[in-house]
Amino acid sequence: MKLVLSPEQRELREAVRAFLRAAAPLPKVREGYDPAVYARLNGELGLSGLIVPEEHGGAGAGMAELAVALEETGAALLPGPFLSTVFATIAAGPVSDKELLTGIADGRVTATLDRTEVLFDGTSARGTLPQVLSGMEADVLVAPARTGDGLVLVAVELAGPGVRRTALDTLDLTRGQAAVVLDGAPARPLGRAPEAELHDRLCVALAAEQLGVMRAALDAIVAYAKIRVAFGRYIGSYQGVKHKLADMHGKLEQAESIVRYAAWAADESPGELPGAAALAQAYVGRACFEVARDHLLLYGGVGYTWEHDAHLFYKRAKADEVLLGPPRLHRARLADLLEL
Amino acid sequence: MNLDEYRRAARAWLQDNVPSDDYPEADPVSRAKSFMAGLYDAGYSGITWPRQWGGQGLTQAEERAFADEARHYTLPTYLFSIGLGMTGPTIVDRGTDAQRERFVRPLLRGEEIWCQLFSEPGAGSDVAATQTRAVRDGDHWIVNGQKVWTSVAHHADWGLLLARTDVEVPKHKGLTMFVVDMHHPGVTVRPLKDMSGRANFNEVFFDDVTIPDEHRVGDVDDGWSVAVTTLLHERLSISAGVGMGGQKDDPASLEALRTMVDTGDPYVRDQLVELHIRTRALALFNQRLAQETRAGVFPGARGSAAKLLLAELTLFRADLATQLVGPEAVVGGHPLAGVIASAPGLALGGGTNEIMRNIVGDRVLGLPPEPRMDKNVPFKDLKVGTQA
Repeated sequence: MKLVLSPEQRELREAVRAFLRAAAPLPKVREGYDPAVYARLNGELGLSGLIVPEEHGGAGAGMAELAVALEETGAALLPGPFLSTVFATIAAGPVSDKELLTGIADGRVTATLDRTEVLFDGTSARGTLPQVLSGMEADVLVAPARTGDGLVLVAVELAGPGVRRTALDTLDLTRGQAAVVLDGAPARPLGRAPEAELHDRLCVALAAEQLGVMRAALDAIVAYAKIRVAFGRYIGSYQGVKHKLADMHGKLEQAESIVRYAAWAADESPGELPGAAALAQAYVGRACFEVARDHLLLYGGVGYTWEHDAHLFYKRAKADEVLLGPPRLHRARLADLLEL
Repeated sequence: MNLDEYRRAARAWLQDNVPSDDYPEADPVSRAKSFMAGLYDAGYSGITWPRQWGGQGLTQAEERAFADEARHYTLPTYLFSIGLGMTGPTIVDRGTDAQRERFVRPLLRGEEIWCQLFSEPGAGSDVAATQTRAVRDGDHWIVNGQKVWTSVAHHADWGLLLARTDVEVPKHKGLTMFVVDMHHPGVTVRPLKDMSGRANFNEVFFDDVTIPDEHRVGDVDDGWSVAVTTLLHERLSISAGVGMGGQKDDPASLEALRTMVDTGDPYVRDQLVELHIRTRALALFNQRLAQETRAGVFPGARGSAAKLLLAELTLFRADLATQLVGPEAVVGGHPLAGVIASAPGLALGGGTNEIMRNIVGDRVLGLPPEPRMDKNVPFKDLKVGTQA
């Protein structure tokens, strides 16, 4: 089991962190998706192709490296279809679809994955997908379809004919969703979908993003507690504040440990992946929201204002916590795995 | 020998050498001592300690491998836990070569038992408020005062003693660390029964006890920095469970509870899932700290976060287990009655949860310290203990 980053992974983290600090600083996130930032993210750092196999033009890295990158995009609250493209890449990986994976690795194609089943007649798809992550920004939708061969994944060009997209008014201001109606949209079969393992990997990827969100929220409020004065003292010197921050730090330490473990399991120990993935969502999803919530509260009234960034973290954390279904599902999965 | 071979050898040794619990009539002290001697001879005592002083000079990897294997047993090493986890590492880090030569090997061989004499009735969380006095008398020191919460003092041969050597300076600057002979006339050990009904710790009284100056650890009036070394080791050893024996037969574990409660009830199931989540979260954090240590990153004050989390988990699981099991958990010597009765101990011993949060806040997060009234006042002018 490997719970500590390698020197190469630390370098990757520094590179992504430095890039995002310059290209996608927090004041920019309210402007939404910036394709120019994505082009550089993929061009200069090759992030979109990180887990794409080398034969399709990617770096062939594992979930451990992906987790490092997602932690940073999470910490930056990076807007746009990065996580959704990661999800689609994870889904397309096992079916090894050259066209889609090459496009993603080149940075030409952004994608999203939705797990609502659509109808597929061999050439076109029909269906109503009420909440597609980054559905307005992504170029390609990957979704499961029931066919004579069982459940397959199909790819649909979202900007193509037969697709109606409506932007949703989402709680999370930094990453959107869309209602998508497919009405005879041209669709291409990718291959069979390994459903359980796919879900586990999505859980791990999301947990890595959540780890970044909670780390950034904690860093921000710790920095503020060192400069904000009340009653003649820095607020971080009061035990009422300090002790809460210490508890938040404990959650962060445990969350990081779980994310490293789950990413390692995804790469090296498939037998442990289901339990590790469910643990990651059950613990990290909750911890991320609690830390984001408490960070907002510790700012005092200013944290409740629209112009302050605290609510951006709070809302991303809540949106992430329920992104892969109600959290009770992860807990129920753990119960099943523990044979309770 | 590679790590796998090391692990296999450790497994085989444990299988052949850990005594069963079936002989309660055997004197626990001599049983523990002979077990430690065997452990030392087999090369499993002081695995990471320097070879020069009797250790094995191996890495955290071997220690972790041994600990993993030992988890399946309850090793009779409790009497040595203070020595191995706290006072021994302090002597290795801060003692003179003569002290290392004299004390480390007999500790690792299980010949001598150690206790730690820091806390006092008026100096618990605020341990630097120590009032026990050591006054120089030629090449000796004369000690008078009282210590409390001293685990295994009633069996101890040696104690690591924090005493005040100068009352004219602020409190952190007038302390000195000593090794005291617990068999010396004038040392009185009185067992103190804790809330679980057991007497694992004691009050210790010193009446004109002499200590030779060569048993001073660190410089005169530099005892606080030595104490900080000890406390750091204490938190790490508590969170890592060093010398505390295994988790075998733990009645508040998920494995035990699933046989005692109705897991068909969705509420019970979810509570057991919560127990699993919290247990795994902390276990993985401890493993990560161990891996970092192995990679040369000393966890330092982050060990206090691990200790805090363990204290909270201990309270949570005892509370949960008794709730799930119900009325029978609190009568007739049910094992969970003992678990709930001793659960608060870890949130108090080795630094309270509040002190741990202060340490994490100040030293890990770098938050500003609380304003203090005690830092620049000569100790003799300071209020200490409980005063109206």
